[in-house]
Amino acid sequence: MKINVGRVNFYYGKQQALYDVSTRIRQQAVTALIGPSGCGKSTFLRSLNRMNDLIPGARLEGKVELDGEDIYSDEMDVIHLRRRVGMIFQRSNPFPMSVYDNVAYGVRVNKLARKRLEVDEIVEKTLRAAALWEEVKDRLHRSAMSLSGGQQQRLCIARALAVEPEVLLMDEPASALDPISTAKIEELIYNLKQSYTIVVVTHNMQQAARISDETGFFLNGRLVEFNETKRIFTAPAVRETEDYITGRFG
Amino acid sequence: MPLSSTVAANAGAPRRVRPLARRLQRGDQIAHLITLIFAATIFIVTALLFYELYTGALLTRQKFGWSFLSGTTWDPVALEFGALPFIYGTLVTSALALIIGVPLGVGAAIFLAELAPLGVSDGLAFIIELLAAVPSVIYGLLAIFTLVPFLRDYVAPLLQSTLGFLPLFQGQSYGVSLLAGGSILAIMVLPFIISISREVLLAVPREQREASLALGATQWETTWNVVVPYAKAGIIGSIFLALARALGETMAVTMVIGNDPRINLSVFAPGYSIAAAIANEFSEATGDMHISALIELGFVLFCITIAVNAVARLLILTTTRKSGAT
Ligand SMILES: Nc1ncnc2c1ncn2[C@@H]1O[C@H](COP(=O)(O)OP(=O)(O)O)[C@@H](O)[C@H]1O
Ligand SMILES: [Mg+2]
Repeated sequence: MKINVGRVNFYYGKQQALYDVSTRIRQQAVTALIGPSGCGKSTFLRSLNRMNDLIPGARLEGKVELDGEDIYSDEMDVIHLRRRVGMIFQRSNPFPMSVYDNVAYGVRVNKLARKRLEVDEIVEKTLRAAALWEEVKDRLHRSAMSLSGGQQQRLCIARALAVEPEVLLMDEPASALDPISTAKIEELIYNLKQSYTIVVVTHNMQQAARISDETGFFLNGRLVEFNETKRIFTAPAVRETEDYITGRFG
Repeated sequence: MPLSSTVAANAGAPRRVRPLARRLQRGDQIAHLITLIFAATIFIVTALLFYELYTGALLTRQKFGWSFLSGTTWDPVALEFGALPFIYGTLVTSALALIIGVPLGVGAAIFLAELAPLGVSDGLAFIIELLAAVPSVIYGLLAIFTLVPFLRDYVAPLLQSTLGFLPLFQGQSYGVSLLAGGSILAIMVLPFIISISREVLLAVPREQREASLALGATQWETTWNVVVPYAKAGIIGSIFLALARALGETMAVTMVIGNDPRINLSVFAPGYSIAAAIANEFSEATGDMHISALIELGFVLFCITIAVNAVARLLILTTTRKSGAT
């Protein structure tokens, strides 16, 4: 097990957003999180790399372990943690720099490579891994803003891969994209799970069924059901899960 | 725009109320025309200003031509007019204002936007905006009573003992000087730089910061590599606004610059600025020639300001073009 979450309660100030969430995330597998809007999927995802630390008044109780190490302990180096647990956001957010500099950004701040040639190599390798190399190799030094929405999102994936993370958190990575771009992202996620542990939030049930090995269903801040994707979609144990995936609410 | 929303609300209404909708549409055209006239007045006022200054300076333009800009003697009695000392004083004090004000202002803005707790940041920003509203005479008084003695007794000796080998920092310091003018200008433009830069830094999308932090960058690396570059165009804009303000500032500068129309390399020496010269001499100017010379000074200042604005536009355009930010 890559990540172990034990009885997590999460609060934005006084408002509680997660109730007693416990689960385990498998290594080199895709875990999908589904559930209606506002049920706490993003909150949960962002507590796995302590992105919620940035929100004033946010507080977490409970335990989140990465490889058996409590990431909320005082000894945890948050900067290092975020390097190990990368994140892809719902709206693609490339920096207003060149394609090359976007991918090289994490390499540079983490000082993973110093020589130009080494950086070149990492940039090419990660752009290939993100299935973007062929499309951008002739315009590496043009602004990332000139790419299409789908390309931008794959660029963000490449940027995250460049710092050699172990886990990738994706928050509705394809929700703003057209079907073709979405298919590309899905294929990419499928291929990436060979080397990474992936947690992906999605509101698209078919997508969860297609790409994930395990699925968690959130409702009102609780993790109602967590199981193998096959089980969730064929024989859900909980009534609410069934209602949700058959489209009876949410 | 209540007008257009009424039109939109009525658009799908039954046939009976159509005439009303149409009449409101006419109202839209009238509103369009009125705002167009308002917009045109801006252009007309600018053009008129240009024209008046240009024709008002006819006498000296005919007599001195381009040498008005390069002449160094300003003698209303002998009717000898050269504007260079004033241009020099204006440019030097404005440059000093930016050299002192930009690092301070941008640094303070970064602190307020990125590091200070929101309550502190908002409180300080409010006070800073109040400072922008203080009349310049008050700044002038502040400069006479505190800044000038301070520069004379502490700053000048320090600069002379450390950087005294530069001609810039040589010679006797009397207090009233180009440096005093530049310093008070720096203080006066700080509120502009700080409050505008703070706003543009705060407006950088959260997604940009989070993208950087999620890659294992520290808070500071994020500020420096992502947030500041993203806000660059706005920060440059604030600096040029400050420069435009500094170029035209009259009262406070007049009070401390020394009003001496000579070109001195040392910043400790007194000088004169265009705006100060116009303010000081216009009421006493008798001859047509003298008045024409002062109007031409104003024309020169007008052109400098326009040139600065044009450069600012260009710079902002190219920086945003290059990074692709909008
Ligand atoms: N920054 C925040 N401050 C306060 N409340 C928040 C914040 N972000 C999310 N919430 C609240 O937490 C709950 C869960 O939100 P979220 O995790 O974004 O849900 P989801 O991603 O499943 O749509 C919602 O009720 C939302 O209003
Ligand atoms: Mg969400």
